[in-house]
Amino acid sequence: MLSKDDAQTILKKVLSFSTADECDATLNGNTGGNVRSARNSISTAGANDNISLAVESRFGKRSGVATCNEFDEATLRRCVQRAEEIARLAPESPEYMPLLGPQTYLDGGRAFAAATAAITPDYRAAQIGASMALCDQKKLSSAAFLNDSVGFVAKRNSKGLEAYQQVSNVTFSVTVRTPDGTGSGYASGDYIDAAKMDAARFTKIAADKAASSVKARAIEPGKYTVILEPNALLSNVDTSLLGALMQSLDARNADEGRSFLSKKGGGNRKGEKLFDERVTIYSDPLNPDISDLTFSGDGRPQQRTTWIEKGVVKNLYSTRFWAQKAGIPDLPRPNGWVMEGGTQSTADLIKSTAKGILVTRLWYIRPVDPQTLLFTGLTRDGTFYIENGAIKFPVKNFRFNESPVIMLNNLEAIGKPVRLNGNLVPPLKIRDFTFTSLSDAV
Amino acid sequence: MGLTGLAAGALFLPAFPSLGGTPVDPARLLEPGLDVAQKKRLADAGLNAARAAGASYADVRIGRYLNQSIFTREKQVQNLASGESFGAGVRVLAGGTWGFAATNNVSEAGLAKAAQLAVQTAKANSKVQKEQVRLAPQKGYGEVSWKTPIQQNAFEVPIAQKVELLLAANAAALANGASFVNSSLFQINEQKYFASTDGSYIDQDVHRIWPTFSVTAIDKATGKFRSRDALSAPMGLGYEYLTPKAADQVAGAAGTGLVGYRNSYDILADAALAAKQVKEKLTAKSVVPGKYDLVLEPNHLGLTIHESVGHPLELDRVLGYEANYAGTSFATLEWKAKGLPYGSKVVNIVADKLQPGSLGAVGYDDEGVKTKRWDLIKEGRLVDYEKIRDQAHIVGQTESDGCCYADSWDSVQFQRMPNVSLQPGKAKLSVDELIKNVDKGIYIAGRGSYSIDQQRYNFQFGGQVFYAIEKGKITEMLEDVAYQANTQEFWNSCAATCDESDYRLFGSFFDGKGQPSQASAVSHGSATTRFNGVNVINTARKIG
Repeated sequence: MLSKDDAQTILKKVLSFSTADECDATLNGNTGGNVRSARNSISTAGANDNISLAVESRFGKRSGVATCNEFDEATLRRCVQRAEEIARLAPESPEYMPLLGPQTYLDGGRAFAAATAAITPDYRAAQIGASMALCDQKKLSSAAFLNDSVGFVAKRNSKGLEAYQQVSNVTFSVTVRTPDGTGSGYASGDYIDAAKMDAARFTKIAADKAASSVKARAIEPGKYTVILEPNALLSNVDTSLLGALMQSLDARNADEGRSFLSKKGGGNRKGEKLFDERVTIYSDPLNPDISDLTFSGDGRPQQRTTWIEKGVVKNLYSTRFWAQKAGIPDLPRPNGWVMEGGTQSTADLIKSTAKGILVTRLWYIRPVDPQTLLFTGLTRDGTFYIENGAIKFPVKNFRFNESPVIMLNNLEAIGKPVRLNGNLVPPLKIRDFTFTSLSDAV
Repeated sequence: MGLTGLAAGALFLPAFPSLGGTPVDPARLLEPGLDVAQKKRLADAGLNAARAAGASYADVRIGRYLNQSIFTREKQVQNLASGESFGAGVRVLAGGTWGFAATNNVSEAGLAKAAQLAVQTAKANSKVQKEQVRLAPQKGYGEVSWKTPIQQNAFEVPIAQKVELLLAANAAALANGASFVNSSLFQINEQKYFASTDGSYIDQDVHRIWPTFSVTAIDKATGKFRSRDALSAPMGLGYEYLTPKAADQVAGAAGTGLVGYRNSYDILADAALAAKQVKEKLTAKSVVPGKYDLVLEPNHLGLTIHESVGHPLELDRVLGYEANYAGTSFATLEWKAKGLPYGSKVVNIVADKLQPGSLGAVGYDDEGVKTKRWDLIKEGRLVDYEKIRDQAHIVGQTESDGCCYADSWDSVQFQRMPNVSLQPGKAKLSVDELIKNVDKGIYIAGRGSYSIDQQRYNFQFGGQVFYAIEKGKITEMLEDVAYQANTQEFWNSCAATCDESDYRLFGSFFDGKGQPSQASAVSHGSATTRFNGVNVINTARKIG
């Protein structure tokens, strides 16, 4: 990790070596480690520590990038020279945009925690050890992964832009299975501050789901009311329904006619009400639960931005080139986002359900038709039948074919958002969710 | 699992998929790396430090991973990136537990420090460890080497020539009516040095290449859009793959105009055909759901083999090591013992790390085991799995299959899928002869949407183009097609497969597995094959 002053000292030196029309320098540092277990035993563990400098030099519309990971004067000078050599040989970019000048970034977020920076191999072994011990006690088998990282990003360019921020993150996920392989449960959590991490707590949730999902019954596929827990809506290791929706808010694809947001005859559907009026999604890099970088990779400020408000598409993100060409607001793609919800827990949503299915997690989600944002995938690690406000019995897993656009029009209820992979995601109750076949997988 | 393992720094570099590494001048890709004597000296420093710190076994991988990617759309280059990643990883066994550490300080001191950190990590974890690692014995090979037998290193071809080819493909698509076209070329060279306390010093030079594109057609009046992707395969070849040879081309089913490609690919012809087909897709008939006999061509069937045979037979999945991510497998040791049929008698599937031109071909794997070919499914019966050194004893075997791979020097090596291929039929059978006996079917070409559950029972696949078969003949193009099946039912419905003259490789360039996720590349060969009575769904929907 480099401090703001140390990082900017290096970046100033880099810019002083530049002979290009424009020069942009970024320092990116990351330190962390991981440990992985399976069958209640540690399988692999690793550590990484890296700081790298990326220099982008530009001559007119030609651009070149070079990087290095040593920061003595001679190396920095060579790195700048190499970026300039590459730039001179590069073709002109028809989508060239001049570098941004000084920017004002939001201040006051808490994206970094010292406790996460203090993690040691012993901390990781203790967290995953507690998870494995709990499963040993319950005679269940667990597979888990703990990953932590702290990092910083520092930027400076020849137009006067300057940025620096530190971030940290620790994530844990665990799958618990019964020894006979007939029950499986999953839970995961992630924090900025490692002091909040309790791997055993998540393991207990997964263990309870595993134990209660044995002897699953087969029920007919079809359209069902479902309660989708946050892990069924968003994933950091797979495509997900809400993640895919947020990835689809790209202005250029919509304007070019190849998005569900494209309008017949040309243009896009910004301003149209496409979802239930209770659907509001915004990004906010200062939200205390999901604080994140307040600037994007190209130096644009990340601000609080409403993407969908009361079911209406309010904004689309784009590159700087497309924003200028299309004459639209210049909004970068957000990092984390918040889906507004209510106060009800998943348990509350179950209580108000006459008949339905509780889904812990959806898996292997892949696009089927980009025209309608149709996706297919399967339920996994805890699927239960609900009747008269209570879980009655576990059910076999289903394959679904569903679009998040249709899903967010069939909204019955929204629960209380919880942090998941740097976002705030509520559990959702959805009617007429389409299951197309059964799976024997546990 | 799609494109994974992107560079950590990609966030602040141009917004295109990065193959990782440090951006470098393209000329750098042709510069030699360390010579073998230097690598041996450095590796020994790591091995000695590991032993001194208390490791019972250690291996060192010094890797120089080179790549270049080119992205274009319509008439312009979007991005050119050349990358180099150089460093070393040290894996050790201490207290019966694995430890791993990596460093980009490739010096004797750097290697020794990484070795010490790896041993420290192994010892910390051994305190909570219950299952001791047991390695299959492996003899040292001494100093040996292996190279992908390429004819032309893609890095030697001037970038201008490669850009010209992609833009020519784009022009061919636009001239034939495409609204948009994106094309790209990925090239990879892994220069890997492996040394272990078993006494192996293995130097390897591995090459891979993948040209691809996606053509889109838009009907502005209706707002409908469709795309058709390239029917190329990523290959373990050099730039010679992009010099088309007639002998490498195999005609698809009569009436489709499709061409299959073996060891060389005609990107211009495929782009022109793709544009014609994508326009046809806009008005093609929406499929009537129901049971159909499916005739699957190799560029489509490869992914079905990958997902429903390649992955379920990975022994780490079978044993539960991937339970928290990719999942486990229905094909457990208990299931195998029952002797149930995985497929029909015509289903013969082999694993092969030697196959020329394949993505998975290497001389030795990333834990120093010489590669080989072995049977997985014989006449429909499961006979073996895919294994590495610390798994062999679990199935009562004494040697690894040579399936260990790490996608970088800073990733720990683990069990990955070898090339897994369906053997062609022994009797002479052409595609048109195969179709002749199909009364009601669908012919599917190209890799489309794909999804399978975490134990590999239930899957759903789409494709790039679909054609109706009626009374033994291709009649018209179809749209909105996906088939859903259960792995065992599907392979047991396998009725016939064409002969060797139709056999070719499909490839997956970015197969994801592990935590942290790693990418690997693997090929799957087959000839066009018929499956009877498969459930086809219609995927068309309406949104407001």
